[in-house]
Amino acid sequence: MSRNLVGLLTGLVFGFGLALAGMTHPEKVLGFLDVAGVWDPTLLFVLGGAVGVTAVTFPIILRRKRPLMDIRFYFTGQSQIDRALIGGAVLFGLGWGIGGYCPGPAVALLAAPNWELWVFLPAMLVGIAAHKVWAARQDKKPVVVEVAEQGDCS
Amino acid sequence: MSDFSVVHALLGGVLIGTSAALLLWLTGHVAGISGIVGRVMFALQDSNEWVWRALFLLGLVIGAKLCYLGAAPAPVARADFPVWLLVVAGVLVGFGASLGKGCTSGHGVCGLGRFSLRSLVATVVFLSVAILTTTVVRHVFSVGGGHV
Repeated sequence: MSRNLVGLLTGLVFGFGLALAGMTHPEKVLGFLDVAGVWDPTLLFVLGGAVGVTAVTFPIILRRKRPLMDIRFYFTGQSQIDRALIGGAVLFGLGWGIGGYCPGPAVALLAAPNWELWVFLPAMLVGIAAHKVWAARQDKKPVVVEVAEQGDCS
Repeated sequence: MSDFSVVHALLGGVLIGTSAALLLWLTGHVAGISGIVGRVMFALQDSNEWVWRALFLLGLVIGAKLCYLGAAPAPVARADFPVWLLVVAGVLVGFGASLGKGCTSGHGVCGLGRFSLRSLVATVVFLSVAILTTTVVRHVFSVGGGHV
């Protein structure tokens, strides 16, 4: 089984899960974040279900020297709590709390696009691109090199 | 909240976690959506890095489509939500996720799964800021469904 097929299938399971969980409904997400209003705790079960699985399986998987189809695991290798991490989380939280969309649902919603999606998704892509270009300028590197060196999430 | 939506939420969460576990176990990669999107945007020249990520995003869309066809209804747009505010939200989410190297999936689901302190801090910060933001937007500025 090729890595490309794994990408497609894991993406499919992820997208089905997001839609089933209600994460692609911004009203539902905001209903969860709005603890001062009529609080809807349902999304706690999404996070609980997802982290429940990863917290049990990831330690077992990471006991292996390498993944099944590659020579190494790809993490950023960073461990310090720096200003970029905190600043990024603050900006992300602001945007998530305003609109009710995070990146996964914003992409998955291409399955049933409405006007909100056509506004939010391009704006999000502009935000990502703006940061990459800004970071590359700071480091005086071409943006493709900067992105390649940044590695994966988390 | 209904029992029905709780079951859907839990099941959806388990599927998300299972997808992340499979991707890590098989390929060694983190299922962080903002990171994958960023790489798809800027790694066009490297097909080895690009294709599986683009297919992951395609799968994300197909998976959601399958769900909307059979298991749960697709969302309906909010008629009264200000366009400019949604633009601001999108730019902040994109810039913030890229700067902080992770979003709800990368830090929230995958980072917490491997007990990363960085991801725990990021998740607590963005969740707290999001709760505060939603409260202010809904109850102070009366935008959206909170002003009942």
